[in-house]
Amino acid sequence: MDFASSERAGAQPKEITSAKIVVAGGFGVGKTTLVGAVSEIEPLTTEAVMTSAGQGVDDASKVPGKETTTVAMDFGRITMADDLILYLFGTPGQTRFWFMWDELIRGAVGAAVLVDTRRITDAFAPLDYFENRHLPYLVALNCFDGAPRYEPAEVREALAIPAHVPLIMCDARHRDSVKTVLVGVVEHAMATLVNEHGRGSPATVG
Amino acid sequence: MGASQPHDPRGALVRPYAVTRGRTEPQRDIPIEAVLVASQAAMQEARFAGHDKYRIAVLCEPRAQSLAEIGAYLRLPLGVARVLVADMIADGLLSLHSAAPKEGFAERMDLLERVLSGLRKL
Ligand SMILES: Nc1nc2c(ncn2[C@@H]2O[C@H](COP(=O)(O)OP(=O)(O)O)[C@@H](O)[C@H]2O)c(=O)[nH]1
Ligand SMILES: [Mg+2]
Repeated sequence: MDFASSERAGAQPKEITSAKIVVAGGFGVGKTTLVGAVSEIEPLTTEAVMTSAGQGVDDASKVPGKETTTVAMDFGRITMADDLILYLFGTPGQTRFWFMWDELIRGAVGAAVLVDTRRITDAFAPLDYFENRHLPYLVALNCFDGAPRYEPAEVREALAIPAHVPLIMCDARHRDSVKTVLVGVVEHAMATLVNEHGRGSPATVG
Repeated sequence: MGASQPHDPRGALVRPYAVTRGRTEPQRDIPIEAVLVASQAAMQEARFAGHDKYRIAVLCEPRAQSLAEIGAYLRLPLGVARVLVADMIADGLLSLHSAAPKEGFAERMDLLERVLSGLRKL
């Protein structure tokens, strides 16, 4: 910590870096619960207006006659230092909003794909999405009460999750469990970065 | 840095990368997680910038807020918030801080390490 930490005292304000981690998965899989378990604020919802063609709109009056849809994203915040903030964004549940996912993952540190073992097929679309994007991600099995318990290896096989993608169990309601998921995302992102650096490929995110 | 605006009465408020006056289109690709800050003086000035812009300045004065937070707290669709914020950056009412670096091994590694230790301290 250096001398003047108060911006209002006239010191040159510090540059604040913000990073984000994306929490993906189908509707009801526990994304908002996971975000809320670690966020310092109650999860907030931000809405984007889209045309049915999947383009962002900044002024609905500019597109008269075109159908628009509102897409909602939940997110939380962890202020890590006076110059570092981590945001956690939940993807819109419906996979038809993939264009919004593209905006969300741009510049992200990485992603966690949440899977509910009671509705495992809901995970196909989100997993396909990440398989085709250049963003480190892991799969987190959200263990709902009364849900069938599978061995991670069974789930990996059922969902055809590649060997390089970490797979972990979690309970989205519990802070420590969610912490483990997020630490896992960042460690995986670091390993991926080191690996790419070693191979000399100039990886950019998103 | 900053030397190009010595006679601007708002010079002290205008961060170098926020000086976009003279540009015809405001910057619209502000990332959803990028944070914005209003100085106290900018907040006063924003009284005259219209209701929504003033509310944005008031929100971003005590604490840095992301574009997503501005949309959520003020119930503005993201696209609308982005345009207002871009205007306010151009007018020196808000300073835009940086989203995570996308390039550079050392820069990205440094950020990941900081985020990791922040998470471990939770
Ligand atoms: N038992 C149990 N319930 C959960 C868990 N995660 C979420 N839920 C519940 O499942 C429902 C849907 O969760 P939500 O976070 O809103 O899902 P989202 O649509 O992915 O954001 C809520 O009623 C949660 O309380 C979990 O790990 N275990
Ligand atoms: Mg939700």
